[in-house]
Amino acid sequence: MTTTTLSSAPVHPNVRNRFAWFNFWTMGALAIGGVVILPIVTVIYMAFTPGDDIWAHLLSTVMPNYVTTTLTLMVGVGLGTMIIGVGTAWLVSMCRFPGKTVFVWALLLPLAMPAYVIAYVYTDILEYSGPLQVLLREAFGWTTRRDYWFPEIRSTGGAITMMTMVLYPYVYILSRAAFLEQSVGVLEASRMLGRGPWQSFFSVALPLARPAIVVGISLVLMETLNDFGTVDFFAVSTITLGIYDVWLNMNNVAGAAQLAVVVLVFVMLLIFAERFARRKQKFHNAGGTYKVLPGYKLSGWRRNLAVVVCALPVSFGFVLPGFVLVMNSVTYFDAALSAEFYRYALNSVMLSSLAAVLAIIIGVFLAYAVRLRGERFLKVLVRFCSLGYAIPGAVLAVGVLVSLGGFDNALDGFMRQTFGLSTGLLFSGTIAAVTFGYLVRFLALSFGAIEASLEKVTPNMDGAARSLGHGPWQTLMRVHMPLIRTSILTAAILVFVDCMKELPLTVILRPFDFHTLATFVHQYASDEQFGEASLAALAIVGFGIIPVISLSYAMTRSRPGLTRHGGNVQKAAQ
Amino acid sequence: MTIKSNMLTAAALTFATVAAISSPVLAMEEVNLYSARQPFLINPLLDAFTAKTGIKVNVVYLKKGMLERLKSEGLNSPADLILTADIGALQNHVDAGVLQQTSSNILNRNIPAQYRDAKGRWYGLTTRARVIFADKKRVKAGEVTTYEDLTKPYMKGRICIRSGKHMYNISLLASVIAAKGVASAEAWAKGVKANLARRPKGNDRAQVKGVYQGECDVAIGNTYYMGKMATNEKSPEQKNWAKSVRIIFPNQNGRGTHVNISGAGVTKSAKHKANALKLIEFLSDDEAQKIYAERNFEYPVKVGVPLHPLVASWGTFKADKVHLDKVGSERTEASKIMDRVRFND
Repeated sequence: MTTTTLSSAPVHPNVRNRFAWFNFWTMGALAIGGVVILPIVTVIYMAFTPGDDIWAHLLSTVMPNYVTTTLTLMVGVGLGTMIIGVGTAWLVSMCRFPGKTVFVWALLLPLAMPAYVIAYVYTDILEYSGPLQVLLREAFGWTTRRDYWFPEIRSTGGAITMMTMVLYPYVYILSRAAFLEQSVGVLEASRMLGRGPWQSFFSVALPLARPAIVVGISLVLMETLNDFGTVDFFAVSTITLGIYDVWLNMNNVAGAAQLAVVVLVFVMLLIFAERFARRKQKFHNAGGTYKVLPGYKLSGWRRNLAVVVCALPVSFGFVLPGFVLVMNSVTYFDAALSAEFYRYALNSVMLSSLAAVLAIIIGVFLAYAVRLRGERFLKVLVRFCSLGYAIPGAVLAVGVLVSLGGFDNALDGFMRQTFGLSTGLLFSGTIAAVTFGYLVRFLALSFGAIEASLEKVTPNMDGAARSLGHGPWQTLMRVHMPLIRTSILTAAILVFVDCMKELPLTVILRPFDFHTLATFVHQYASDEQFGEASLAALAIVGFGIIPVISLSYAMTRSRPGLTRHGGNVQKAAQ
Repeated sequence: MTIKSNMLTAAALTFATVAAISSPVLAMEEVNLYSARQPFLINPLLDAFTAKTGIKVNVVYLKKGMLERLKSEGLNSPADLILTADIGALQNHVDAGVLQQTSSNILNRNIPAQYRDAKGRWYGLTTRARVIFADKKRVKAGEVTTYEDLTKPYMKGRICIRSGKHMYNISLLASVIAAKGVASAEAWAKGVKANLARRPKGNDRAQVKGVYQGECDVAIGNTYYMGKMATNEKSPEQKNWAKSVRIIFPNQNGRGTHVNISGAGVTKSAKHKANALKLIEFLSDDEAQKIYAERNFEYPVKVGVPLHPLVASWGTFKADKVHLDKVGSERTEASKIMDRVRFND
């Protein structure tokens, strides 16, 4: 069907070197990558446009504080999500304890909760005038703030806590997928060779899952880095607040873009450092022994501890704030529920699904093109494409605005000159612009998850499929896709849920009279009427939950050992 | 098989989405608006406009990125006019050259010269004063009468204010620069910072709540928040916050109280320029000005339009007469001062 060669089997080195890049996959990846990268390049370009020099001022005033605050936040959220995410993923994947089957999916629920929403909710509960402190004052007879100490929710610590609570599912979901895709054979071998459960975890399972865990944590860190809603509400001076300040208060887009680019470089260094650290490690699951996972039965205090460890993140990341939202929604039901509400919900769901589907198609295409051809420049390009996630949403939106506006106006100018007719703005201010914005921003989610999963499929699979007469396309569809199905699902859900919550791109790029649930929540919240927004916030969470739960269900089912042996093993596992 | 059908589903979904979301534009008189002001306030005004003129108003609500959007869309931009909640934003749009000069007898008659651009590139529609809310008991009469009093040693640990980087505070500081120069303004910001009861956080209402809760004795905020709190039926606890404070209009014996405006301007790209002007004229006239006053507790710019009774009960005051152009142009410097005095740390 096709004559392209496998990168792992260079048959005709000369031919390959000269014409290797001129093929469907590479050209396709170049074309897609070239478009996706445009807004990112635009932001970098903006950094070089003339503007007042802000650096001397920033460095001598607020910059040190921005940097320390941002790093503190990143380290805090990174560690927090890693411990909670990996720990709970391991517990529910490898151990048996009461409620495990519920925790498996319940641990994902906070994913649907936007960080800014949880920040509003907890501030109401924990601030000086909130019910908790009022209760304490009444109970102990304190009268003023100076009578006692209570942690300040609107602080760096508070921001770390809020973000950890809603972001750990990224790490959880990816590590769980990794643990599930691991062959139990290697773990058994480790145990047989005398390692205990803890040692096996640290020396075998963890290194095997490392690429996936790293992807999870880097997603978390990028989310943390460009969060605006939470840090603004908590008045925590991160560099992202600085970027907005330079842009809006000092009216200096170039300066803001410069700050954003510095952050980008920092993110690239982090990613590079991590890749460098594990440059010699490549793990594939060689064995086909996908038996049912052992499920160590926990008892005594271990069992209770496991239950508590899994229950805490679910309670504080989902149940409690969800309860507050429900109560508010009941109170404000009439105010919030209008005919338009359904329209907004429909807009949100449609647009998020569309973006998720596109992100998956493009993510698979790019990851597979890299795997197939492995050209260095392609690798670099694709990695660049994932950087949209590390740029603050509103700044990226400006990148999208400028690149689409530039394209539209150039085309319009050309058409006017040549044919005397005006095409006007083709993409600017349309649904297409919003969808494109989502793609640029969230491609890192789908690509990261898919690439990490594809990496674990041994190249021998490609070799076998190809030598049996499959072309690259058939190999992808019939060999790889079934193997990485779980990760594709994971990626789709992540993109969908993130699009449901997305705010700045939607607000800035949308057409006339267009709202989503997230913009609806924002318009009330920004007018300090969070109560009225609760129903919409709840709807965002609700629509997020459905795919999250179905994902979890699919993940459990999709473990190779289970699908291969059909329903019997599955029943036995329950 | 399944993957193929998944792809088909995906394609179908794509088309369904595009079909479902893109609503056809009706062939009637219309005008396209980019608004930084919020739907709750603006929608009733726009509905009244459409009812009166038959002109349909299409809106995009956006704050950040409005200027960048206009710039990148260029002369093909569909936007005919913009609405903003702050003089600084209007000024930035003028500086970027995206607003056009206009002239209208109605607007010149309705809006005092101080609140509009001489060349008609922007028009103020409402004003709001940035005032001091003082605890009725803990702050004695005459203890605080000026913005400058906030820096006095006896105010130590008694002030609540939102982020120094919020545009309302940037504009307030810019007005101090306009009145007294950069050095004095910096000393003022430093003095206020030294007297804060807590790190700046929360919004204007949260500061009044701080007074109510006893965390501080005075709060700085915009007048209309007082009206919104005092009449809040949905969150009745806010009525108590409002009850705990009285309004002090600062600097009545000097330059006057700082006021900011919300305003509008016609874009250079406007394809419905006449309709855009009609809308601004409507917003500056009695019917709309009354809605502004009653719904949002703002001060109408048009002379003779009645205030909300509650707003009227706060009494009349002398506003800072500096032209808002000048305040707008000092905003960058104000923002840098906030950095230098580490206002938010």
